[in-house]
Amino acid sequence: MIRVERRLGVPRWLPYVVPVGSLVAAAVITAIVLLLSRHNPVTTYQQIYQSAFVSPGAMSSTFVYATPLLFTGLCAAVAFRMKVWNIGGEGQLYMGAVGASGAGLALAGLPAPVILLAMVVAGMLAGAVWSAIPGLLRAFLRTNEILTSLMLNYVAGLFLYYLIYDSASYWRDLSSPSAKVFPVGKNLEPSAAWPAWHVAGLVIPMGFLVGVGVAGLLLGVIKLTRMGFEMRVIGEAPAAARYAGMRTRRAVAWVMAASGAFAGLGGASQIGDFGHVLDPRGLQQASYGYTGIVVAALARYNPLAVVVVSFLIGALTNAGFALQGPQFPAGLVGAMEGIILFSVLAGEVLARYRVVRGRPSAPPSEPGRSGVEVDRAEGVPGQPVGEVAP
Amino acid sequence: MSDRQQVEPTGSNLADGSAQEGPPAREAARTAGGEPAAALEARGITKRFPGVVANERVSFAAAAGEVHALLGENGAGKSTLCSIMTGSYRPEEGELFVRGEAVRFRSPRDAHAAGIGMVHQHFRLVPSMTVAENVVLGWSQRSRLRFSPRSVEAEVAEVAERYHVRVNPRAMIWQLSLGEQQRVEILKALYREARILLLDEPTAVLAAGEVDDLFASIRRLTADGGTVVFVSHKLPEVMEVADRVTVLRRGRTIGTVAKAGTTPRALAKMMVGREVDLPEKVPDAGAGERPVVLRLEGVSAAGDLGGESLREVSLDVHEGEILGVAGVAGNGQRELAEVISGLRPSSRGRVMVRGRRISGDPRAAIDAGVAFVPEDRMGTGVAGSLPIADNCVLKSYRRRPFSRGPLLRSRVVGAHAARLMDRYDVRAPGPRTLVRQLSGGNVQKLVLAHELAEDPALLVAQSPTHGLDVGAIDAVRRVLLGAASRGVGILLVSEDLDEVLEMSDRVAVMYEGRVVDVFDAADVDVDRVGILMAGGQE
Repeated sequence: MIRVERRLGVPRWLPYVVPVGSLVAAAVITAIVLLLSRHNPVTTYQQIYQSAFVSPGAMSSTFVYATPLLFTGLCAAVAFRMKVWNIGGEGQLYMGAVGASGAGLALAGLPAPVILLAMVVAGMLAGAVWSAIPGLLRAFLRTNEILTSLMLNYVAGLFLYYLIYDSASYWRDLSSPSAKVFPVGKNLEPSAAWPAWHVAGLVIPMGFLVGVGVAGLLLGVIKLTRMGFEMRVIGEAPAAARYAGMRTRRAVAWVMAASGAFAGLGGASQIGDFGHVLDPRGLQQASYGYTGIVVAALARYNPLAVVVVSFLIGALTNAGFALQGPQFPAGLVGAMEGIILFSVLAGEVLARYRVVRGRPSAPPSEPGRSGVEVDRAEGVPGQPVGEVAP
Repeated sequence: MSDRQQVEPTGSNLADGSAQEGPPAREAARTAGGEPAAALEARGITKRFPGVVANERVSFAAAAGEVHALLGENGAGKSTLCSIMTGSYRPEEGELFVRGEAVRFRSPRDAHAAGIGMVHQHFRLVPSMTVAENVVLGWSQRSRLRFSPRSVEAEVAEVAERYHVRVNPRAMIWQLSLGEQQRVEILKALYREARILLLDEPTAVLAAGEVDDLFASIRRLTADGGTVVFVSHKLPEVMEVADRVTVLRRGRTIGTVAKAGTTPRALAKMMVGREVDLPEKVPDAGAGERPVVLRLEGVSAAGDLGGESLREVSLDVHEGEILGVAGVAGNGQRELAEVISGLRPSSRGRVMVRGRRISGDPRAAIDAGVAFVPEDRMGTGVAGSLPIADNCVLKSYRRRPFSRGPLLRSRVVGAHAARLMDRYDVRAPGPRTLVRQLSGGNVQKLVLAHELAEDPALLVAQSPTHGLDVGAIDAVRRVLLGAASRGVGILLVSEDLDEVLEMSDRVAVMYEGRVVDVFDAADVDVDRVGILMAGGQE
């Protein structure tokens, strides 16, 4: 019989070993899945490694997938830290893309830095406005933000389709006859494309660097500022926060808005760094918003860890797309992500509990111990047991 | 109130009762003579946690048929010892014996199997399930496949009958009072054939009448040859129910005494380590002359359930004065305290602090100089999962020197926390210790520390000593008296009438949301206060 017991003390090495062990466990479980689907795990892992990091251009395209995950990961991390459950990163990213592409189109002809800045601001603003809806509802009307933010994802997705497919909107390209038949978005001017950083054959998109900067800034805010202190208290003990005179409702609304702004920045980066056009299908295909929640959870809501985790999950996603085909089903990468998340969460439980084998009965008393040595007259050595007889 | 009545043990009939069963006195003699084994014995138990030694070579032995009290202040190591005896913790040193046999528990299951049951202070019941289902949960005597509610109910009813535990096996847990829920917990232990029952602060959640029922069950159990280990820090009830008492202090055994051979005073001294005379306020005749810090004019407020819980209350508190508010729980005292501290909006009337009107905003109340010690100190007064240092600046983090611009200066905060811990005697390894690891008394000292560090004009203290042990009560009272002598006006809300009478210059009595009368503490008529609290006219 196997049972689970709470750990009495946590050894010093455990917090470091557990995450590594979880990843190894995930690899083993995935290998079983691969074997069952008649793939050779070793070659598959090699292929994944190759197409994520080694092959020509692989590293650069890993950055392409990591960038939006970095933003949606930060989006989830900042809100979840305060126990505000923003599940709407997906929709907020769409809205950021709408805002940024709108700004890019509207400001065509202006100097590139102006357009770039406007796109960043417009993307953040659009994401923030979108997340402020569930944020304000939660703060002032006590609605459940999980439901509202989730449902707004669908609204945002439909809004994207409406802009490009179902209306003659500002974003839609109506200049050519073919575009009227096959709806597409207007292309942004080259001056609206964000610069990338080329080092040693590697292309790092500006968005990723901005994301790293945002993560650092966020960590600073959390660790060093009054605002971070308030976030901690509000998240951990809302009643104490109110008692301490903190504006808890305002803080919830602001954190929600900030969270949406990060996702919106991710949407802006999708337009500025990669797409240069508002493309509903492209944005929705990868569900970066939902994967961002996984990223945040794996990073335990730590902004700097989000950078690392988004890069790793980005690599996995990249490999998945690169290998996708008859030999490599598209769902496999999703399954791997799920297995990794599951293993890491399970690992955290094991860090606090341990599995014990054996019968759940009272251990037999040790022979020779029972009765014979129980000498009551002596009392217990070293103990001032004062028996006061009545 | 109930404590008052219990202070002098209404001993005679009780003592007679236990003499009939015989066990305590004889048992004590026999153990000393080295004959039969104790039902449960701990020998030289040592358990360390990071930064503290919770138990250091703790020993005691409870005989069969005996109520053995474990008496000690909060943090004396009683709960740790119980956790060890029920298999939740493993001791680093020492041994446990059950009926003379050495045992080593790897989990609570092992302890159950050895016949040890525990009733925790916070019940572990499933509210949406019936009594019978809770009792058999995880421990059905039958096969797991054949589970019929009927047979389980019958089985549980039979056990309840055998031990005279009055409870309906079909009732849902959420329908039961706390006293009844406790009976379910006891029943759960008995169903698992526990012969040794550990009760952790069992009276903390009970109403006065329910305490008597509990004690009756305890006596029936021991009359039947069972053993009850009664963990408490309350002297009066230990004197009422225990046969022998083992006193713990700071993780060590101080001694075991027979109830018949000791007095509450002697036990208090063993428990605290010195003579305890709780400090009292010397009524201050001149207080009324000094400026008013708090004035309530016809204040009304809604309760949590909507109805009006506070009705047209008018009161003044002067500088350096302690105004005690007496009343049975639930007569508007909590609403009163919350309105003054801004946590609850008033529906009518005015709340003025030093001439400034405040309403419905905790921040405004804080800025006006209102400090508040809330009833729910762990959930509201502190953030338990944060370190002491953060909690020390719970309200003052907004201002210099703790923050400068948007930045919080953690070094200044840490130094401030160390100073407050020292000044208010908050016992913990250091400012980084998480507050939830502190004992109740230390949490309350921490709340007082962060409130009084702000130099308030008014302190609203709600049940500030509720649930604390004697040593902590002593400390809290001294802090309150010290604050009053520095000129802080104090509104002391307490359900403990003795405390209100001993600590106040004036006493206001509340009934059904109204202040029915205000007396000078110097010439208060206790009987009349009692009548007013109960809603009587004169």
